[in-house]
Amino acid sequence: MAALRAFAAAVSLSMLFALTPAMSQTPPVESIQIGLSTDAISITAGFSGADLTIFGSLENPDPLIARQGRYDVIVVLEGPPRPVVVRRKDRVLGVWINLESETFENVPVSYSVATTRPLQDIAEPSKYKQLSLGAKNLYMKPADETDSPATIEEFTAALRDRKAATGLYSENVGGVQFLSQNLFRATVRLAPNVPVGTHKARAFLFKSGMFVKESSAQLEIRKSGFEQSIFRVAHDYSFLYGVFAVSLAMLTGWLGRLIFRKD
Amino acid sequence: MGIYLPIAEISVNVFVLLAMGAAVGFLSGMFGVGGGFLITPLLIFYNIPPAIAVATGANQVIASSFSGALSHFKRGTLDFKLGGVLLAGGIVGSTAGIFVFALLRRLGQLDLFISLLYVALLGTVGGLMLVESVNALRASRSGAAPVLKKSGQHNWIHRLPFKMRFRASKLFVSVIPVLGLGAAIGFLSSIMGVGGGFIMVPALIYLLKVPTNVVIGTSLFQIIFTSAYTTLVHATTNQTVDVMLAFLLMAGGVAGAQYGAKAGQRLRGEQLRALLAMLVLAVAIRLAADLFVTPPNLYSLSAAGLN
Repeated sequence: MAALRAFAAAVSLSMLFALTPAMSQTPPVESIQIGLSTDAISITAGFSGADLTIFGSLENPDPLIARQGRYDVIVVLEGPPRPVVVRRKDRVLGVWINLESETFENVPVSYSVATTRPLQDIAEPSKYKQLSLGAKNLYMKPADETDSPATIEEFTAALRDRKAATGLYSENVGGVQFLSQNLFRATVRLAPNVPVGTHKARAFLFKSGMFVKESSAQLEIRKSGFEQSIFRVAHDYSFLYGVFAVSLAMLTGWLGRLIFRKD
Repeated sequence: MGIYLPIAEISVNVFVLLAMGAAVGFLSGMFGVGGGFLITPLLIFYNIPPAIAVATGANQVIASSFSGALSHFKRGTLDFKLGGVLLAGGIVGSTAGIFVFALLRRLGQLDLFISLLYVALLGTVGGLMLVESVNALRASRSGAAPVLKKSGQHNWIHRLPFKMRFRASKLFVSVIPVLGLGAAIGFLSSIMGVGGGFIMVPALIYLLKVPTNVVIGTSLFQIIFTSAYTTLVHATTNQTVDVMLAFLLMAGGVAGAQYGAKAGQRLRGEQLRALLAMLVLAVAIRLAADLFVTPPNLYSLSAAGLN
């Protein structure tokens, strides 16, 4: 008897679950939120790269899909966009010379990706192209679009390759981990030569290979007090800075002679 | 210990830079050259962007040549008048050099031009000096007194007009080659980040027949001002002088220079010149190899719209 009652309860429970979405007509739409513990990071004299942790949450996740691990999150930290010239060396009379070049507009100086799984397991390549997501799929706009597609493709590939080689473009597979059904933590790498400026943290939510939602936050990376002051002065008061550099050199030369004099 | 360079925008090792400065300082003190022709290529090998290496190299040269010139001033082996005329030419040449520098940077050919200039100049000067000093060494070994300054023997330079007397150098010569030499050195200084001592010293000795003992002090004196001017102009037009980087190099450099000067006094003139020639040639060969050997990567990136 007791067993039968328990069975009935189980049935009615599962019916309830099955009915809820149907009754509300439109299923709740998942969305994603990210938060940064700080909106500015200072680079000090000893900076040699760092890991940046970004926390985020899914809103209205479907528990079933979450349990099956079919939610994927890709977090990107994108540096400020700047125009870039890519040059190719060719041999002229035995000497390697920069000959051909291609200028690209608004290329993010740095691009750090963290994902739950390898990119190719999350969605179709065409999806990434469409979203301009991932170091290999990021759209680079050539300044001169009349160049032949083959040339543009060649230089785009070289640009990605060079950026990856300097550590400015990086990918951290498994860098996003779900801490609970809703909460996730992403770890993106900041290269030692990370550029200063306004960076953009973006989180992309995928459900069973389909893109659902994006959320973003801004992060300011700047040089800390001393380095920042030097950089500022060098640009804003460049003449005085030059005078300072010259005087410093003369002072060092004079002091060096006083201290280390050998004659 | 790492340190972040504010202008070069990269992290580097403090001890590597101090050691680099000390080693170059030692050599510069020994040979009486600023050491810029060694510092700039070394910085480039150490991944400092060439534009910053050149401007910062010029800044570093001030310290070592100031320190060296002080020693020569004390000993009275410095011809202020000759140095002043060289300087006047130097300012003109340096200004021209800065414009060419900015132009080449825009065209993306700066690195190539810097390397080519280094190879051509270091190769020529090093080769000539080596031949001359080996001949002198051989002559002194066979017993004959070294004859560097033959009185009465004049070349075409001494037939030019606008003659001027330089007492400290015991010289009566036209100002045209002096100004021209100064201008050429100034031009190289701003493009290569060198003081130009490695050209100035042989040119003063062989072309103008300035007595060797006055040459080094006078060349250092002129170099202080040319490189100070170059530093100022690079700082204002290109913002490529990194004081942090320069200071580390200088700190190592001035210490090394004093020890080098001491070591140099124990060597004979011909030996010193032969050693300097070999050093100059070695740098030239290293740079030439980079031009001809297939680079590991054919592509390079640079910021567009920079100057």
